[in-house]
Amino acid sequence: MFSANKPFSMHLDPDAFRPATESEKEYISKMRPSSTFFRDGCKRLLRNKVATISLIVIVLVTITSIVLPMVWPYSYDAMLGVRPGKPADSSYNNLQPFTWGKTELKRIEAGEKLFPHIFGTDSHGRDYFIRVVYGTRISLAVGFFASIIVLIIGMTIGSIAGYFGGKVDIVIMRIVDMIYSLPDMLVIILLSVVLNRTLNVDGTIFAKIGANVISMFIVFGLLYWVSMARLIRGQILSLREQEYVLSAQATGAGGSWIIRKHLLPNCISVIIISTALQIPNAIFTESFLSFLGLGVNAPMPSLGSLASDALNGITSYTYRLVIPAVVICLIVLSLNLFGDGLRDAFDPKLNA
Amino acid sequence: MSSKLMFYILKRVLLAILTIWIVITVTFFIMHAVPGGPFVGEKAISKEAQAALEAKYGLDKPLFEQYTTYLRDILTKFDFGPSLKQRGRQVIDIIMDGMKTSAKLGLIAAGLAAVFGIVLGAVAAIRRNTILDKTIMVITTAFVSMPSFIMGSFLLIIFSVSLKWLPANGAMKGGLVLPVITLMLYPMSYITRLTRSSMLDVLGQDYIRTARAKGVSKWRIIFGHALKNSLIPVITYFGPMLAFIVTGSMVVEQIFAVPGIGRQFVSSITNRDYTMIMGTTIFLASLIVIMNLVSDLLYKAVDPRIEFE
Repeated sequence: MFSANKPFSMHLDPDAFRPATESEKEYISKMRPSSTFFRDGCKRLLRNKVATISLIVIVLVTITSIVLPMVWPYSYDAMLGVRPGKPADSSYNNLQPFTWGKTELKRIEAGEKLFPHIFGTDSHGRDYFIRVVYGTRISLAVGFFASIIVLIIGMTIGSIAGYFGGKVDIVIMRIVDMIYSLPDMLVIILLSVVLNRTLNVDGTIFAKIGANVISMFIVFGLLYWVSMARLIRGQILSLREQEYVLSAQATGAGGSWIIRKHLLPNCISVIIISTALQIPNAIFTESFLSFLGLGVNAPMPSLGSLASDALNGITSYTYRLVIPAVVICLIVLSLNLFGDGLRDAFDPKLNA
Repeated sequence: MSSKLMFYILKRVLLAILTIWIVITVTFFIMHAVPGGPFVGEKAISKEAQAALEAKYGLDKPLFEQYTTYLRDILTKFDFGPSLKQRGRQVIDIIMDGMKTSAKLGLIAAGLAAVFGIVLGAVAAIRRNTILDKTIMVITTAFVSMPSFIMGSFLLIIFSVSLKWLPANGAMKGGLVLPVITLMLYPMSYITRLTRSSMLDVLGQDYIRTARAKGVSKWRIIFGHALKNSLIPVITYFGPMLAFIVTGSMVVEQIFAVPGIGRQFVSSITNRDYTMIMGTTIFLASLIVIMNLVSDLLYKAVDPRIEFE
């Protein structure tokens, strides 16, 4: 408050008491832009270069796998050598990248412009590039929806066990312990073997997806919810002792209201992170099952089934294995790195 | 041994036995829920022949009686019944045959994974934030995000198709080298990351600072104080690693044509050899449950600070 040029004077500087100018007001208001937990987290996430690049890769791959099959001139299940009413043209099978089948060569000579087979064709004469793109879509979809199923089941059961405690908690956690100690991969294989044979989806809306994918979802839903349930139960156990829960109970709120409106929003970061890390896990399992022949139904491709099909011609068509393998690694790697970034950015305990 | 520890061990052993029983029960009833049964779908056989076959394998009896017989045979005689597709052979004989190769493969892979993983993890932690540390972390991250069948196929392409250094067939001399490498890379990378983070944690502890302050040499600190304590969390990975190797060996044995139990299991899935699927699932699951039990008990025994629930 004392004037700077008269350090020993007791006179007050009248300048200090003038109303603030517009620019000063703006300066002060910019000092503290309002921020939320979510916005803070996003900022931290974007500052993390590895996580940002991973996010860009994931978004690009996802959009490509959705949009490209719509505009591509070839479809994933059309055998190019097979025309109705004519014997199958085997010149279309196992084409090398950027080569053509017999009838296509004739059409090119006639002056037509045709879209190249970028990765050639597979042993049934199907355009391999679009199969890889479509397989990426299937693998991503399996990973994503499996994680959503796990999230919903795990969240519901975990929050019920955590909030109500007592006997409910003991019973649920014993079941969780039991499923947790089962060797998951073996049970998954067993269930897939049986469900593939027993599920009859013809004529329902699931017919297009195929019994194998549905059985995969069922298996994920049955087995993988346990770790999510454990995690959320632990969170809720500590959160329900908070005073705002007591105050909500005092005003007469019911159990499900408190879980939905107070408890789950407060553990949202843990939920998001573990769901993100669940996706690569599911993609891994899907590719493993495809390799064993328990994956998606033919002719639908997934990255795992493409790679395992390619093993038959591994010496002459090595690129057919390398391409889906690289895509799987790219997706899983970027999802893992992005999940790690999410954890660093959104886990409040790490920031403390 | 305190009574608390005894009680804990007893509880865990009972839980393991219960788990194995659940596996047997679930496997049995799930496999019997498949419609049609094992003899439908092949070449048409007469009703009499089918009845005779079902009587031979005991499939004409009530389901619950079949279950108690199956359970009793496993518990008393270790007998999983005859294989449906490999005529005249018992499931347990096929499993034991395969285990000779698979156990060798798995144990070598697990041992190498542990040794290399701990060494690499410790080196990365000691040389923290150097080029060496970053290289190790990048490589292990890449290995962790690669399914084992892709890793195996790449090794097959590089070392036996292009370079022709090693045979592609696992039954030949030196043929187990590539399968072992394929199988060990994932657990090795996982152990590396685990060791690194727990070692970094230990290196920041007060007792390390005390040791350094009183003039203990760097290598004494690393081997005498840090490494020992940072290995405790690694023990917990022992059980999951075995589970990974068991499932991984199915893929690896398939790629490299190793005559092991994983390959038998996969071919029994494609052949619909139901008794073989059941027997192998129960056998491998019990193995994993027992190994998990051992690694958990070891973990509690090594670190006296860990509380018993």
